[in-house]
Order: sequence, then C-alpha cells, then structure tokens
Amino acid sequence: MTQAIPRFWREIQSRYNLVGSKCGSCGKVDFPPRAVCPDCGRKSIGKMQSFKLCGKGTVVTYTTIYDAPSQFDMQKPYVMAIVEMDEGVRLTTQLINVKPEDVKIGMKVQATFRKLGQDGEAGVIHYGYKFRPAGS
Amino acid sequence: MKAGIVSYGAYIPRYRIAPKTIGAVWGNDGEAMGRNLNIRAKSVPGPDEDVITISVEAARACMAKVSIEPTDIGAIYVGSESHPYAVKPTATIVAEAIGATPVLTAADFEFACKAGTAAIQTTMGLTISKMMKYGMAVGADTSQGAPGDALEYSASAGGAALLVGTDHVAAEINHTVSYTTDTPDFWRREGQRYPSHGGRFTGEPAYFKHVVSCAQLLFKRAGSQPQDYDYAVFHQPNGKFPVRAAKQLGFKDAQVDTGLCVRDIGNTYSGAIMVGLSAILDEAEPGDRIFAVGYGSGAGSDGFDITVTDAISKLRRDATPTVKRMIETHEFIDYATYAKFRGKILLREA
Ligand SMILES: [Zn+2]
Repeated sequence: MTQAIPRFWREIQSRYNLVGSKCGSCGKVDFPPRAVCPDCGRKSIGKMQSFKLCGKGTVVTYTTIYDAPSQFDMQKPYVMAIVEMDEGVRLTTQLINVKPEDVKIGMKVQATFRKLGQDGEAGVIHYGYKFRPAGS
Repeated sequence: MKAGIVSYGAYIPRYRIAPKTIGAVWGNDGEAMGRNLNIRAKSVPGPDEDVITISVEAARACMAKVSIEPTDIGAIYVGSESHPYAVKPTATIVAEAIGATPVLTAADFEFACKAGTAAIQTTMGLTISKMMKYGMAVGADTSQGAPGDALEYSASAGGAALLVGTDHVAAEINHTVSYTTDTPDFWRREGQRYPSHGGRFTGEPAYFKHVVSCAQLLFKRAGSQPQDYDYAVFHQPNGKFPVRAAKQLGFKDAQVDTGLCVRDIGNTYSGAIMVGLSAILDEAEPGDRIFAVGYGSGAGSDGFDITVTDAISKLRRDATPTVKRMIETHEFIDYATYAKFRGKILLREA
C-alpha cells in the first residue's frame, strides 16, 4: 500500500485545496490539473497556470452506494455525485451531511475537508475534499 | 505593543447524542446524569472526521473572515490530546490546507485541555517580538471516555482557531497570566485508548484551585473586578464546574451564559474555551471586555483579559456559520451509530 504515498503526496494541492489548471491560451479550466490543454494542445505549452476552484458547485447526477469497500463500511449507505463546479469543470465526490433520499439533481453544494481513507491502522491517513449541501 | 485576536473560527461536528441515550445502554439514569453535569447533548464526530479535519475547518472559518494572505502566517500550532498521529504533525496538514506553506514554522502542542491557550500565548510572544506578522493557534479534540465511564457523558468533539497578531486586531489581549503545578488529576499513557482520571480528585485540588488562582492573578494584574467585564468564559469539562467557579469569583450568570457551549455540545477539551470565546466574539461589540480562563489537567490555567476593538465590525463574521448556528444544526444519533462512528466496534481488518 505504501506505493500510494507518492501519488497522494503529489495530489495534495488538488485534494486539499481544489487546485486545478487554467489554460493561458483559451482560458479552459481543468480539474484535476493538466500539463497540456486538451483543446489547444501544443499552443498551451508553457501557458498552463494553476487555478484554485472556489469550492461551490451543483449536483449533476448521483448514485447511492450500498455495497461499499470495507474501508467505507462505517459510512454506508453513502452518496457519490458528479458535481459541476461554478467554474464549469466537473468532478466526482462523496456527498455528506445529507441522507440519500434528500439528495436532488441541481442541489447547490460546497467543498469541505474530510478523511478520505487510510492504509490500515498503522498507515498514512489520506485527507481531501468531500461536498456538503451549501449552507449546511 | 499589544497582540490580540485578528480573527477566529470554530467548528462543531453535526452529530449529537443525549445523556439519556448513553445511560440506557449502561443501566444508568442518563437523564439525571445529564442534569447533574448540566449537559443536554454532546457532539459526535462523523466517521470521516478527526482532529485534523476539525482543525482545518476551524482554520478555514478563521481565514474566511479576513482578507489576509495565508502566507503572512509565520506559525501554526495545534493543541490537542487526540492528534490522529502519534508522530506526524496535525499542524502541517492545517498549514497546507489553508495555503500557508512552506515558509512558516509549525508544531503540535499537548497540555490536556489547555494546549490551545498555550498556543495563543506562544503566538502572542512571536508577534509582539516581530518574529512574524501573524500566528495561528488552534485547539481541537475528539476525545473519548471509556464506554460506561462518567466521562462518556461529556467527552465530545470540536475546535477553534485564532489568528493572533499586532495588526488589524479585533480583540486586544491586555493581559495574560498562567498558574501551573504538577497535579495528576487526569492522564493517558502512550498506547492507551482511553484516559484515566482521579475521580473526585479532578474537582477541588485540580480544576477549581487552578482556575480560581489564575483568575485572581488576572484580576490583580489587570486591576479589574468581575463587574468590569461583559463576558466571562472558563474551561468547561461539564456545565457545572465553570458555573461554580464563576460564582465563586463574583461573576453573574448573564456574563457566563454566551460562552457556556458545553450544555449543548459537551466537553470539547482543547476546543472548549476557544469555542466558548468564539461564541462570544460572534456577538461582541467594540468596547466589550472579556475574561477568559482555561484549564488543562496535569495541571494548569491560562488567563486572558481581552477588549474588543472597533476592528471587530470589519470582520466578515457571517462568512461561515456562527457557533450558535452550528449548535442548532444537529442530528441526533442512537448509541449503536455512535459506537460505530467512534470505532468502539471491533471490525475485521480491512
Ligand atoms: Zn486551451
């Protein structure tokens, strides 16, 4: 499991602070961040900037997980959703502070900081974003 | 030059359990227990919450109220007795999550329930001496009482972060004093899951002796009397001790009421006095004076004499939910759910 540490460590900025990328050529925002703009290709090389999302978005679609991996036993049933951020980019995330039956498409949500998982009782703990209903 | 509170932010998990629900499992009259402790409910962290997530939420709420660059923070200290790692600081994760890295110093503090106020004093010294512009002091805990122990009725979760500095001060710290002795009233040995305590020994020779002695030192230092203050807040291991200490010192109920959050959320340990202080700062007006005395087992008290300044009206106090709002936003759970969330059920290794 420890081979996952470098990957998590590299992704800390995007997992903790929703840092994506913005193309300096066409202005397209990507999350997770990209090294090259998918629209502009070579034209964007050297022009990609890091870009922090504001943390607010809308539920596009969602599903309730009843049969969870053992790490998430404590939380089931839980909701995974695709959220469209105010900046236009979409991401997949867990929704918390809301019962599955109360989740609605179009619902406003905001980013929060939670424990995502751990490499067993003795391993590294991973943290990052989950989303909750706006104003909750 | 004086240092003071530049901004503040608190966080309380949304789940609650009532004393009656806990008592029902252990064959005790939980309602009577709750009345005796002056606790109506205690907060319970979700299965994905710990001292790190609570500290980050509090630190973000603190920074949301001001337009200060996180990179101007020169130190972050997190006081807790329930840091998720025995070795690996909580403070570095908080620093990263608010964008304060990499040019700063950071460390975790431990002094039972007063590690957060010790961090306030440290950041006061660092900013008054101009070593840095701002320092952040966090107090947070997700403490547990052993199942069936009296502590189980009060041990809860929550925290608060204070941004301390000498510029843009919203509440000036006029004086701070401490009173410290070696008193073994409450402890947890390395590797032990639950803390141990000296039973009745935790009252008179521990909490009351240190809180009252520190408060009297603070009156003397400030040349003040109880009636000079609009608010008073004390460490609150239950709803009974701080009320009794306040009365003994000559404070009226109205001065203590706003900061007495323990009645609705239980004892948040390192978070307790800082959450209470945040509840006061949520509603305080320029010129208001606050008397604050914390307590940590082992044992010691840190006291603060605070005056709210005109700058409090410039804080975006509505940027994140107030303490009152977080107290009101809750979801009660049963004991089985509580036991599951708090890891009190043994599972097959994942
Ligand atoms: Zn582009």
